[in-house]
Amino acid sequence: MQDEWLMGLIGGIIIGLSVTIMLLFNGRVTGIAGIIYGLFKPSPGDFIWRIYFLVGLVLGGLVMTAFKEDAFLNKIDLSWAQSIGAGLLVGFGTVLGSGCTSGHGVCGLSRLSPRSLVATLVFMASGIMTVYILRKIGVLP
Amino acid sequence: MTKSNNPVNENKEALAAGIAGLIFGIGLVVAGMTQPHKVIGFLDLFGSWDPTLMFVMGGALGLHLVTYRLVRKRNTPLLSPQWHVPTKTEITKPLIIGSFLFGVGWGIAGFCPGPAVVSLASLEGKVIAFVIAMFLGQWLFKVVDAKVKFNR
Repeated sequence: MQDEWLMGLIGGIIIGLSVTIMLLFNGRVTGIAGIIYGLFKPSPGDFIWRIYFLVGLVLGGLVMTAFKEDAFLNKIDLSWAQSIGAGLLVGFGTVLGSGCTSGHGVCGLSRLSPRSLVATLVFMASGIMTVYILRKIGVLP
Repeated sequence: MTKSNNPVNENKEALAAGIAGLIFGIGLVVAGMTQPHKVIGFLDLFGSWDPTLMFVMGGALGLHLVTYRLVRKRNTPLLSPQWHVPTKTEITKPLIIGSFLFGVGWGIAGFCPGPAVVSLASLEGKVIAFVIAMFLGQWLFKVVDAKVKFNR
């Protein structure tokens, strides 16, 4: 268990490094939801980097499958309806709310942005509430 | 927002973004955040709580709280002529409602956008379905926003 916490901390520092590179070189916030949403309203000079970033993300996952056997282990048994419903909520919600865990939770909080603090508290609270309800009604074991 | 029309810099920016994405993806897997049960375990405050995500946020924030300030001492980023960092401070209804909806989806699947995209590498059907639905959800927002004009 403690090993997993330590790996969490190390992974977090690696994420902090990535976010720093994006800010230092491109002057941008590394919010994954925002990077994706930019694809829907492309403007000159503001498109290709988004594709590169997303391809980089997937490549990072591919590279890690060689080093971590349980990289994509998922003990949550989701139905197709749950996967699609959750995806829709995450997609719509992150644009309406101007950010996700990376944009608000990492980049925004690092800037001490009041909007990001509120957003992070709200999505953590609604996430906790959702898991609580799913347990109560027996969807989660 | 003004754009850099210099194609050389555009390519360099894309390369920097690609490297940042690669590192970000590695970090998420190392942290265990591409295992949805660990994320749901974090949100399971009243069950068997898994604090790993807190350590991930702690590591990322601990570093970036410092590096953000150091980097912003520069007049401009290395490759772009200006900063593209959000400056809005107003707490709006869409901010709260959107974050709430996002949290519900996050709690159901244990995926937020980053880990979901990284997990495409697993070629799991339900992960692919989640990501397609996430893109659809964003597109849906764009369609609704064109009519409603949310003050985000």
